[in-house]
Amino acid sequence: VVEVKDFPFLSVLTVAPLVGAAVVAFLPGTRSELAKRVALVWSLAVLALTVVMWVAFDAGGPRFQFRESYPWIPDWGVRFTFAADGIALVMLALIAVITPVVILASWHDAEPSRRSVPVYFALLLALEGTMIGVFAAADVFLFYVFFEVMLVPMYFLIGSYGGHQRQYAAVKFFLYSLVGGLFMLAAVIGLWVAGGHTFDWQALTQIDMATTTERWLFLGFFLAFAIKAPFFPFHTWLPDAGGAAPAGAAALLVGVLDKVGTFGILRYCLPLFPNASRYFAPLAFALALVGIIYAALLAVGQNDLKRLVSYTSIAHFGFIGVGIFAFTTQAGTGAVLYMVNHGLATGLLFLVVGMLVARRGSALVSDFGGAGKLVPLLAGVLLFAGLASLALPGMAPFVSEFLVLVGTFTVNKTVAVIATSGIILAAAYVLWMIQRTMQGTLNPTLTGVPGMHRDISLREKAVVAPLIALIVLLGFYPKPVIDVVNPAVQQTLQQDVGESDPTPTAANPEAAK
Amino acid sequence: VEQTVEFGAATGVLSSMWLLIALPAAGAAVLLLAGRRADRWAPWLGCGSVGAAFVLGLVYLFQLRGLDPRSAELNLYDFIHVGRFNVDVGLLFDPLSAVFVLLITGVGFLIHVYAVGYMEHAPRDQEHESAATARRRFFGYFNLFVAAMLTLVLGNNYVMLYLGWEGVGLASYLLIAFWYSRPSATTAGKKAFLMNRVGDAAFVLAIFLMFATLGTVNFQQVFAGVDRLSTTTILVMGLLLLLGAAGKSGQFPLQAWLPDAMEGPTPVSALIHAATMVTGGVYLIARSNPIFSANHTLQTVVVSVGALTLLIGCIIGCAKDDIKRVLAWSTVSQIGYMFLGVGLGGAAYALAIIHLLSHGFFKADLFLGAGSVMHGMKDQVDIRRFGALSRYLRITWLTFAAGWLAIIGIPPLSGFFTKEPIIAAAFERGDWTSWLFGGAALAGAALTAFYMTRLFVLTFHGPKRWTDDITEPHESPPIMTVPLVLLAVGSFVAGGLMVWRDGLVHWLTPVLGEAAEHEPVIPHGLITTLSIVVTVLGAGGAYWLFRAGTALEPQPAGPIVTAARNNLYNDAFNEAVFEVPGRWLTRALVYVDGKGIDGAVNGLAATVGGSSGRLRRLQTGFVRSYAMSMLTGALLVVAAFLALQYGWLR
Repeated sequence: VVEVKDFPFLSVLTVAPLVGAAVVAFLPGTRSELAKRVALVWSLAVLALTVVMWVAFDAGGPRFQFRESYPWIPDWGVRFTFAADGIALVMLALIAVITPVVILASWHDAEPSRRSVPVYFALLLALEGTMIGVFAAADVFLFYVFFEVMLVPMYFLIGSYGGHQRQYAAVKFFLYSLVGGLFMLAAVIGLWVAGGHTFDWQALTQIDMATTTERWLFLGFFLAFAIKAPFFPFHTWLPDAGGAAPAGAAALLVGVLDKVGTFGILRYCLPLFPNASRYFAPLAFALALVGIIYAALLAVGQNDLKRLVSYTSIAHFGFIGVGIFAFTTQAGTGAVLYMVNHGLATGLLFLVVGMLVARRGSALVSDFGGAGKLVPLLAGVLLFAGLASLALPGMAPFVSEFLVLVGTFTVNKTVAVIATSGIILAAAYVLWMIQRTMQGTLNPTLTGVPGMHRDISLREKAVVAPLIALIVLLGFYPKPVIDVVNPAVQQTLQQDVGESDPTPTAANPEAAK
Repeated sequence: VEQTVEFGAATGVLSSMWLLIALPAAGAAVLLLAGRRADRWAPWLGCGSVGAAFVLGLVYLFQLRGLDPRSAELNLYDFIHVGRFNVDVGLLFDPLSAVFVLLITGVGFLIHVYAVGYMEHAPRDQEHESAATARRRFFGYFNLFVAAMLTLVLGNNYVMLYLGWEGVGLASYLLIAFWYSRPSATTAGKKAFLMNRVGDAAFVLAIFLMFATLGTVNFQQVFAGVDRLSTTTILVMGLLLLLGAAGKSGQFPLQAWLPDAMEGPTPVSALIHAATMVTGGVYLIARSNPIFSANHTLQTVVVSVGALTLLIGCIIGCAKDDIKRVLAWSTVSQIGYMFLGVGLGGAAYALAIIHLLSHGFFKADLFLGAGSVMHGMKDQVDIRRFGALSRYLRITWLTFAAGWLAIIGIPPLSGFFTKEPIIAAAFERGDWTSWLFGGAALAGAALTAFYMTRLFVLTFHGPKRWTDDITEPHESPPIMTVPLVLLAVGSFVAGGLMVWRDGLVHWLTPVLGEAAEHEPVIPHGLITTLSIVVTVLGAGGAYWLFRAGTALEPQPAGPIVTAARNNLYNDAFNEAVFEVPGRWLTRALVYVDGKGIDGAVNGLAATVGGSSGRLRRLQTGFVRSYAMSMLTGALLVVAAFLALQYGWLR
């Protein structure tokens, strides 16, 4: 009997957007409208298939599902192996939701660049395919390949279609990632040697390693992921890339692509190097905490909206880092949930900032001021996105931030207290940004800008509506996502790392049994 | 101490209590999403949803009377369930939440109705938005507030309480900054949100501490587990909750945002920044009474915060000329009395709640009266430019008089019955602190009588001191005066009714417990006499000083009055200690991140790179800065790593 769950979801989901990219890329440059529509429909089809996969996923079933494995380079033991646990599943769902939204949001973004419009949309689809691949891979070498290939479409999206200083930003992004990738490659090879010539994730989790080897290999992977995420002090590429990238690409970059870093730590560093992960946890805490405070303060001081949003994300990645290395189910589940919710909230924030920048022709905060008078609905959406970003209760990011902090508090109060101070800074950068751009006296230069007299369009409403709906829905009813994520996190922590939650210190002796 | 920690399950009609929150929430959603087509009927939907919630609240109240235990708990669905952490979307309707529900929806409904008239015309500087659209937005936010406030008082666990807590914070922000093109309004909104966030951070830490020690955040289980906690844990937990409460309720040291919140339209000041939201801190402490009662030091801190804040509010209130700011500082001061009450513990918990309810009536009455005065005086707020209005605004004058006599505590109006017992309770504390806190409460009563009489006399009596553009002030339309009259009636009788045969005290006993009686350090009758005497003296003094009006501009004054005019330099302190260094730190970090890591480091790398032309050509210029920033970063990280490793950060 052929069941739905036997369908090769993961390979099809990886390949389909790449095929779509090829189709769109070969459309003539004059048929740009057609290219946009094909890209949108294609990404919606990918979304539909992902929804089917979500339904077919058995939350209480085996840890990895939809496993497929095909030979690739037999001599090295490299295989095309795909499998998804709950963590990968929610990330795949995030990609599938965000991509059509970004395509619709980017409808006119490629036009000012005087470059091929179809190629822009082909790059977005190619990015979707490679990102799906990186999250779906269950073979370490395959993961590495996607990890590197993923850079290429993003490099061109920034370098060819970006704004001010796009070349600088694109090269910087590429070099940072490449250097991180080189460290990872070295570690991948080391792992292959240490693990008895296999790249299979499952097999590699079973091997015993010398302490020193394990620590070095951990560092190789961790460095690559810390650059990608990015964690302080490897973060300086992100504000440049986020500032120069077109808004849609920036939403994908910060909302999804960067999550490969934190996902990689959860999927590779923790299970493959559990002892080293515990050993280096204080280091990771330190990086994450510095990131939370430092990046939030920098966000307060930014005068460029896109850079500002980029810095807020660095602060948010700090929370994810804290959550991962606290090794409790609440913090871990919170961290994964954070990846999803941050993708929705910051994705929305980048997209609405993009709408404002497209109207004003500038991303500088000082070029706005009192704009709420002219575009009240866009101002409202910006406020909503900002409130989601500061993790207001009732919105999805609150649930994840709360879980991260409460889970961390049970094992390390100092770290949790410092991280909690980040919620005050988050309010500061969001509300000050809103005040400087949307509220107060109208900046007189704005009235002369024709675009600023057009409030949100129907297309733009269609862009923001699904994200707003998801943020509110998951803010009040996060259970569907938690139920999928929680088992995977528990297995990672209990089976792989060997950590279990502390018992409450003053628990009722009867209830504790 | 007899107390129910076991809650009953909601059955029958009470299982629909989620409607209390759902009605105004749905109202808010419709009003904010429907767009201009809803402009015409927006006020009626806004009032209707709150009015319906009030009726429901009454129905539930009668249901509750027949229950034993007198509580109804309703768990709707799993909110967050991860490992041991299990939070439901759950509600609790018990005597304490019931009185809050009636206050919020009852007084809230009257203020909503008043706002239909008050918000009919937009101020002159707000013509970019049609008045009807502004009013729809206003009622959308107002309904959002009511829904959040009801969540705050109906949640059956601390996370639900926090959900409502932050929701009212959002509504407060939106409504303070309602006229968003006024820089002062947006600054005040941001200030309110940020100062509240400081308190909120403390509040969530208290929740984390509950989970880490007791493994639960449900009221019932937390309260049942208090006796397993160490003294230090209780103290820390209580102080964190207190800081959260101080933020929401405008208490020392987080009081500075509340007077600035008067930038919002006047109905906002009445509903949110006087009658309901700012009493959230009192609710939090009263609800958490098993925690606060378990530690005497903690109670002393709460009492001290209350006593200090009530004096701060009175002193500054005496020096202000803006009618709404005087009332705002009086709110700070009256909530100080409530904190005093909940800090005293025992029987005084109920006294604080009773004062909170009667304050809800007379302060809403006073604020709406102030709004009516402003309505008639072209939005003038300076009491130096009022005078003789009793002849022109008869209804406003009479209703305001009821609020004035109620707040200063003249028998038989509400305030007398609800404030005097708190003063007496302060004298009953049992040691030398009785004199300290009792004396502060008594001094506060005298000062309250002084500044409120000054406000009343300067506004309604004495000579006209109007600005030239005003010839004939007009009384407000019935849609505004009818709520005023009803609130005035409440200011008159509510206090007496609530203390009649200790009815409300008994009603609240299942939640707040019964307390052992202490002997006051001076006889109760003397305290009552004293509080009436100081009130009459304060009021008489103010009448004597201001019966003939006052100068049109503030006059030079001594150091105390100058300090009071400047809010006792609290804003200056905050600016010097937090804002200015924060601004410099931010600027310095932006410089370090941009110039330091990507610039100065680039320069250093260029010197190194300069020695080798071949290498430089290979590099794009970014690899060098990358390497150097890695090095800088690595040093920082090593330092942080060592710090964590060697324990002094743990």
